[in-house]
Amino acid sequence: MIWVAVVVASIGCYLLKLAGLSLPSALLERPEVQRVAVLLPVALLAGLVAVETFGADGRLVVDLRLAGLGAGVVALVLRAPFLVVIVVAAATTALLRAVT
Amino acid sequence: MSGRWTSKPGWWRATRASIDVSFSLVSRGVVHQRLSASVATVAEMSWERERASIRRDAGGIAAYATAFGMSYGAVSVTSGLSVAQTCVLSLVMFTGASQFAFIGVVGGGGSALAGVPAALLLALRNTFYGVRMSGILGVRGRQSLFASHLVIDETTAMTITRSDQRAQRYAFWVTGVVLFVLWNAGTLVGALGGSAIGEPEALGLDAAVPAAFLALLWPRLDDPTARVVAVGGAAVATLLVPLVPAGVPVLAAAPVAVVAGLRGRAVRETS
Repeated sequence: MIWVAVVVASIGCYLLKLAGLSLPSALLERPEVQRVAVLLPVALLAGLVAVETFGADGRLVVDLRLAGLGAGVVALVLRAPFLVVIVVAAATTALLRAVT
Repeated sequence: MSGRWTSKPGWWRATRASIDVSFSLVSRGVVHQRLSASVATVAEMSWERERASIRRDAGGIAAYATAFGMSYGAVSVTSGLSVAQTCVLSLVMFTGASQFAFIGVVGGGGSALAGVPAALLLALRNTFYGVRMSGILGVRGRQSLFASHLVIDETTAMTITRSDQRAQRYAFWVTGVVLFVLWNAGTLVGALGGSAIGEPEALGLDAAVPAAFLALLWPRLDDPTARVVAVGGAAVATLLVPLVPAGVPVLAAAPVAVVAGLRGRAVRETS
């Protein structure tokens, strides 16, 4: 089942890229469509941050992932590169788990 | 070498000095000799400078892509995907945010198929990049089958910031090819490394996932509407976690963007 989803999603994402280069641009250049396109990743990524931080098998929980995310925010504010943000978040959570 | 260059006034001072350019000029002795004689050579030299600058930027992006690919690979296999599935996603999907979303939903206990719309909705922005890029790249037929695969955040940013079409096309292909190779290499290394990890929670890898999404989100929060949409999307998704099957809360954040995008127009028209 995972393989089916992998293949369908991958080909779908490729076709979306191909459509951008191939389709007539009149529809996609409308300003409101452009604005939705800019905001769509913002909403989805924010949703993903929330679900991955608080979700656990269909329940909401507050655990040490939140501490890791907080450390990641500090790294982002300090303009740390992508990998540093991830490592800081993971290390913070791992350390706190080890001592509690 | 540098003393000679800094003594050049005017056009040379007006452009950014760079060690790379000096090296590439030394290696091209002919250009060096005719430098002051011919306008055409100055143009060629500035093209050489531009290419060096593009390669330097692409190198920075490549380093980031390798690291990003490795973290994706490691997180993907610890989320329950196989090494092969992880690598196929990097090869065929080849758009980082969608890949992370897919493994996030699938790994978070959602049905595998729930990962598909999440990935597609995030990939939709590449369609809009393509609209902008089609005029610049001027690719047709079979060429556009290759080019379109490379139309993602990084290549679009590298391309549209260049001033003339020759530099834009060069930037697109250099960034795209380097990125594709290193993203996939990073994925494989990360996936193999991730397979060796026994307890992902002990290493805090479950906190790495939301941090990765936040790092992807962060640069997009530079305008007030985006910040409102982010808070709204996060709130909707959080509230729905206990109520609907896994995968759905993330999708439910999408209408927040649609409403905000359409309302923006209404506000502008009435003002």
